[in-house]
Amino acid sequence: MDHTEYLQHLAQQQWLIPFFPLVAAAIQSLMKRPSRKASGALTIIAMGLSCIFALRAFFATIGSGAEHHEVERTIFNFTWFKFGTTSLDLGFILDPLTAGMAAMVAFVGFWIFVNATGYMAEDENFTRFFCFLSLFAASMLGLVISNNLLLLFMCWELVGLCSYLLIGFWYFKPSAAAAMKKAFITTRIGDVGFLLGIVMLYWKTGTLTMYTHDALHPGALEQVGALALRNGWWGLSTASTIAFLLFIGAMGKSAQFPLHVWLPDAMEGPTPVSALIHAATMVAAGVFMVGRMYPLFTAEPGSWVLDFVMWIGCITAVFSATIAVAQFDIKRVLAYSTCSQLGFMVMGLGAGSLVAGQFHLLTHAFFKALLFLGSGCVIIGTHHEQDMRKMGGLRKYMPITFWCYLFGMLALSGVPPFAGFFSKDEILLSTFHRNKYAWGLATFAAFLTAFYMTRQMYMVFAGKWRGGENDHGHDKHGKHDDHGHGQHGGEPHEVTWNMWLPIAVLSLFAIGLGFFGHKYGEYLGVAGAESEEGMAVVMGASLAVVALGLLLGWAVYGRKTMEHATDEDPLSVALGGLFTFLNRKWYIDELYDVTIIRFTATCGVFFRLVDKLIIDGALHAIAWTAWGISQFFRWIGDEFFINGGFDAGCESVRWEGKEFSKLENGRIQNYFRVLSLGAAVLLLIYFFT
Amino acid sequence: MNIPLGDYLMLSAFLFAIGLCGALSRKNAIIVLMGIEIMFNAAILNLIVFWHYKYFATPTAYIFAIFAISIAAAESAVGLALVIAIYRQYKSVDVDEFTSLKG
Repeated sequence: MDHTEYLQHLAQQQWLIPFFPLVAAAIQSLMKRPSRKASGALTIIAMGLSCIFALRAFFATIGSGAEHHEVERTIFNFTWFKFGTTSLDLGFILDPLTAGMAAMVAFVGFWIFVNATGYMAEDENFTRFFCFLSLFAASMLGLVISNNLLLLFMCWELVGLCSYLLIGFWYFKPSAAAAMKKAFITTRIGDVGFLLGIVMLYWKTGTLTMYTHDALHPGALEQVGALALRNGWWGLSTASTIAFLLFIGAMGKSAQFPLHVWLPDAMEGPTPVSALIHAATMVAAGVFMVGRMYPLFTAEPGSWVLDFVMWIGCITAVFSATIAVAQFDIKRVLAYSTCSQLGFMVMGLGAGSLVAGQFHLLTHAFFKALLFLGSGCVIIGTHHEQDMRKMGGLRKYMPITFWCYLFGMLALSGVPPFAGFFSKDEILLSTFHRNKYAWGLATFAAFLTAFYMTRQMYMVFAGKWRGGENDHGHDKHGKHDDHGHGQHGGEPHEVTWNMWLPIAVLSLFAIGLGFFGHKYGEYLGVAGAESEEGMAVVMGASLAVVALGLLLGWAVYGRKTMEHATDEDPLSVALGGLFTFLNRKWYIDELYDVTIIRFTATCGVFFRLVDKLIIDGALHAIAWTAWGISQFFRWIGDEFFINGGFDAGCESVRWEGKEFSKLENGRIQNYFRVLSLGAAVLLLIYFFT
Repeated sequence: MNIPLGDYLMLSAFLFAIGLCGALSRKNAIIVLMGIEIMFNAAILNLIVFWHYKYFATPTAYIFAIFAISIAAAESAVGLALVIAIYRQYKSVDVDEFTSLKG
């Protein structure tokens, strides 16, 4: 079998990648009796199998791009069902973008699952959790391998559903129930744009399949050249209009400003879910989708869509980074840093570099999964404490977690030679070429990133253990943590091997993955497009701001660590009101509360009144009028004329019947008399005529 | 002695009228039956007289008359049996009371 045939063979088998977790989810949902061991083992084995298949596809595609200097894309389409002459096709795709992404999702997902067996060990709904988790991974993998916007959209919505279910996994907490609703509704706003984009694409091209490799029936993405020449809306070409609408969907999914509000609240879910949402699945879907539909974005040179994408990403990156500086919840800091990093990716895509955006997506997935799982370890190690002010000194108690977390933190901050440095640098470089102001803002965000991660490291791991001082506060953290190991606020302890092994493995990637950045560009088949010009400036600047961030973090938090959990944050002392402003997330939630939500609620009340008064009123008026008219006709027409006439007719018939029935009285002689009389009359007529 | 045809016919008509009168006016069921028998006999007399004056050579009407008489006898037997059965039911032979077969 030669290489092309082998790839075709693999493309046909792409469905196997999401198949195993899907089956695992199905089995667990149908299991008669929940069993922790069975469900944990099933999930991990299924994810391991799909990881093997994803890696097999990944390794098969390696090197194919570099040889031909163009993307080798293998597809497999089939018809789902037909109605009339129209048929709905589904299909799988195997190209470097998909293969790399699928391998990342399956691999990172696998280690997150392993960690979850430890994190959720005490939870009573273990099976439900792993069922949702498997479905989550399956739908994300399905999204990645689909060669069809219809299949992609179905998986996209499944991903949204699973995140809804998992964010609200502890639904008995009101905050979790609110967070799950918020996540679902906020992403739904973006999905309206996404769906509009899909519909418009179908309207303009007549197909939802992306690639067909068939000149007679070209796929949607093979027609972008034609689409770019036709006029769309808002002064854009059709291609750019569709791209803009699709990007609205990506904004919701990937938590871009102003639809970012759901992501930090998604922290209400269990920590492995946060890791999965923030690294491998949910938010990655938006960026991946933009990457997948990238030909649409670049089809029309000079359209403002790419600038829009870049500025949205840039604003998100800076905006979320400033918020992350002032948070106290260990997971919330990471959540805002995810927002910020997603902003970087989107900015990279908007600056015109597919490679930079996608590569940062991959590296970020590894170190953000690492950081989240690490924070999960910290939370378990400190007996469900999430407030960083009540931690401290954990380096002594949890050495393995500390070292892994340190690697993740350095990667996120962009310290060379860790992974984040390379991928972030590529984004900064392409932004530098595109727009200097955006580059400046992004560099500032990079500085903030280094600063808040340093702050977190010092607050969590340095100094002395501050937990247990103010113990009454954190009982509210949940009824779920009535576990047996140790008492509340006891000494922190290192976690079990199934929790630290995943972060150890992921930290290897956080260290080493950055070196493959150039290779990844070649792999995607778009290498050489990037100019190296300005490399020194960009790299120098980013190194300088990272060093500055680290130094400042050390100066504020490292020289003198916090003594007590009730101490005020030193930054809060320095910044005053601004700190509170950042801590309250720029009051965005409050702003939405008083604007959009209040407006919607007012609209609701108003429309209810309109409904009651005008619509119901009109309906009632019509109803009463009709009733009145019918009464009139009832009395005048029906009762009087029709019923009257009919009654009179009936009466006369009845009278006649009564009269005639008197003849029929049963007296035989009467009949005989009538008979004789008749005969006599006949005789008389006979005689006298 | 030669009696003319018209006299016989007059006799027959009187007999019929007497029978009819009896059948129509009397309440007693047996007397009604008797009236009916008289009307029968008037009709048979008519038949015999016409045969005697017009078709004496053939015996058709003769035999017909005998049939009619025997059937009338059977009929009156049935009628009397009915009257007896009715009497057992109603303890009466008044025809005006037998109205239960009306529709």
